[in-house]
Amino acid sequence: MPTFEEQLVEHRVYLMRFARLQLRNDDWAEDAVSETLLAALSKPQSFGNRSQLKTWLVGILKHKVIDLIRSNARLVAMPDAQADQNDADGDELDRLAFKADGHFAETPNDWGDPHQTLQQVQFFEVLDACMERLPPALGRLFLMREWLELSSQDICKELSLTPTNLYVQLHRARLRLQECLNIHWFGKHST
Amino acid sequence: MKPNITLLRRTCRQAAALLIAREDRVLSLPDHLALKLHLLACKACPKFENQVLTMRAAMGRWRNYTSDAERAAAGTPTGPSPE
Repeated sequence: MPTFEEQLVEHRVYLMRFARLQLRNDDWAEDAVSETLLAALSKPQSFGNRSQLKTWLVGILKHKVIDLIRSNARLVAMPDAQADQNDADGDELDRLAFKADGHFAETPNDWGDPHQTLQQVQFFEVLDACMERLPPALGRLFLMREWLELSSQDICKELSLTPTNLYVQLHRARLRLQECLNIHWFGKHST
Repeated sequence: MKPNITLLRRTCRQAAALLIAREDRVLSLPDHLALKLHLLACKACPKFENQVLTMRAAMGRWRNYTSDAERAAAGTPTGPSPE
């Protein structure tokens, strides 16, 4: 039976992965994970299994990460928030290529059965890589939604965005991820 | 009064925008109905919808990464288990 400390070490890599993707800054990610492990060490608890400990650690990490985003609010602001106030999400949609009459220029790639896709470990490696490719501010915002699971209202407050602007950015991130997966996963694995 | 059905007409471009928007906010009733109608009539947009829904499911799974992927991320071999 590994000691509590040994169990913590086992989870470090996992925690770092999320912290890095969310914060997009290796120093902050190190800080967040170290603080999480310290907090855990200061009140060691025993858990029935690995995944319960993991869930507990992730819960602490999320709080540390939000604190870091808050204390670096000026640095994590969306750089082009002002410029984006005026343009609709239409521009980003043009990455999909539509004809003048609004039809798809090319039928969208058939991604097949989602269930089958999600059983493949490599798919998630590609998804990770695609998220890393998002510009830092955009990636941070997207993961505040998808990993921290903050409400739109809270994200707007933390990043000083209007709801419209938030939606434009989220849609942008979603379309870019889909495009990235189209190229790097579904392009190669289409059946 | 008979509803004006042309108000519910959407192009693929508009339908794709609604499909993406639906991930983050609740659509208005007219938009929701118009999207449903469009998806019934269109061959291309259901494929795009499948992409969006696959992404949704993928992010759900990603949030609670499977133990296999976790082991892979930790650098330990992930071959078939010996037993």
